[in-house]
Amino acid sequence: MSRFSLGKWLLPVYAVLALVFLLIPIAYTFVFSFNASVKSNIVWVGFTLDNWLNICADPTVCNAFGTSILVGVVATIIATALGTLMALALSRYRFRARSAVSLLLFLPMATPEIVLGAGLAAQFLSAGVPKGLGTIIAAHALFCLSFVVVTVKARISSLDPALEEAGRDLYGSAAQVFWRITFPLLLPGITAAALLSFALSFDDFIITRFNNGAVTTFPIYIYTAAARGVPAEANVIASAVFLFAIILVVVAQVTSSARRKRLAKLG
Amino acid sequence: MAFAAFGSQGPAVEQAPRKRSWIAWVLLAPGLAYLALFFLTPFISLILTSLQAPVDFGDVGQFQPAFKIENYATVVSQYWPHFLRAFGYAIAATFFALIISYPLAYFIGVTARKWPLLQALMLTLVIAPFFISFLLRTLAWKQLMSDDTPLVQALKALTILPQDGHLTGTAFSVIFGLTYNFIPFMTLPIYTTLERLDTRYLEAGSDLYATPATTFWKITLPLSLPGIVSGTLLTFIPASGDFINASSSFLGSASTQMVGNVIETSFLELLNYPAAAALSVILMAIILVIVGVYVKRAGTEELL
Repeated sequence: MSRFSLGKWLLPVYAVLALVFLLIPIAYTFVFSFNASVKSNIVWVGFTLDNWLNICADPTVCNAFGTSILVGVVATIIATALGTLMALALSRYRFRARSAVSLLLFLPMATPEIVLGAGLAAQFLSAGVPKGLGTIIAAHALFCLSFVVVTVKARISSLDPALEEAGRDLYGSAAQVFWRITFPLLLPGITAAALLSFALSFDDFIITRFNNGAVTTFPIYIYTAAARGVPAEANVIASAVFLFAIILVVVAQVTSSARRKRLAKLG
Repeated sequence: MAFAAFGSQGPAVEQAPRKRSWIAWVLLAPGLAYLALFFLTPFISLILTSLQAPVDFGDVGQFQPAFKIENYATVVSQYWPHFLRAFGYAIAATFFALIISYPLAYFIGVTARKWPLLQALMLTLVIAPFFISFLLRTLAWKQLMSDDTPLVQALKALTILPQDGHLTGTAFSVIFGLTYNFIPFMTLPIYTTLERLDTRYLEAGSDLYATPATTFWKITLPLSLPGIVSGTLLTFIPASGDFINASSSFLGSASTQMVGNVIETSFLELLNYPAAAALSVILMAIILVIVGVYVKRAGTEELL
């Protein structure tokens, strides 16, 4: 087997290098959040904690961040509610035009964001709707909707129908079976869909750029600031969000693997 | 968590669909109304806008309904190089992202199966870029590639780059940025198909005296094709419409402008709505044709 030793090492080394490549800009953003720069955060000046301690020294960054959170939460609620209902209909009922509905849901994902953004902007323009918070939220809920449907549908198709049958066999009413069995089992899928939706909304720039009017979200702030240099506070906020999300993912993975182990012991 | 949105579906348990289809329509109604209002009508608006004509003696940005099909000819003759660049860059970025992602996905999905913890850690690192601003990551590359960095100095010392050369603002940096930004979108769907790959097929291959290379070409690659198709689409479509990487304040310059940059400038700065709309319609049409042909040829129509 020794003649395969090169091949044996090649793949792991390649994989690690690819991951390092992915992480370089994240590390850069994190490191430069500690830069003692005055205005533009391009050249390394020195280490400081000031940016982390006074995140809102420049209130525009914080306001943009708050706007992004607001937009993300509202758009996620709309998309998750509408998307979950659609996913239930598509996977649990047989009806005419089912494949047409599937296609209609697939199209927004196959449309480049710039076309969605320009289309919505053209519509708001011709309808005389002023651009602002409402138009951003409407646009975000639209592109999140399809992703919610796909995620929840995948969860529904992995459910064991025997569980619901058991509920019906035990004389559970349709409502009882849904709320006591189906919905709790779907909840992880719905949560995943909501988190994905929030993440997509929070980082969206292209569609927002066409529909924001005078409202500044966090990505819009960075884009506008990019020409003259983004202040270190933006790096602080991005790094903090990053750490928070990574902790969330790790906790979710640890708890789900602990649960699997517990179930394996029981079984 | 988010993987379900990328790869194709997991093993589906066949469920007896219920018959009362009116309930289905009740569940679908709000979502369909939303899609009609914010997806279908915007498309119609886009097409109507693309045919508008300027108001006589009007101000900049004032247009009236018309059927000015010449708008299309005008934008194509004016901006065809931007279309070529957009699709050229997107194809190059898709290719490089595939080259980088496939071995990574193979390692996580097949080799690392024995170590679930390592697998989970690597997957978390693959999706890590999603959690930090796309724009800040692209700006980070811009700064790492700017003229006085050690990287550029080293390339100049090795005469790979001429003394007055730059890395940023070139086709190289734009393709580099696009490749980087879409690697997770390529890796995840390939990972989901490889993760389900039954390694007994590979053993069967080697039992029948196939070389590792033959086993890869004849077994692994065809079985991971659905993942490759979704991954390349998830990279190619957003890359061809992107305007951030090619923008002058990020990795591009005036000579790297893609069709996305023209749409952005025409719509938001020049207020030339018909031109922006016509360019968007053409972009969308080309993408639909490419995706249709590609999906047919690859033989995986079960994407959703």
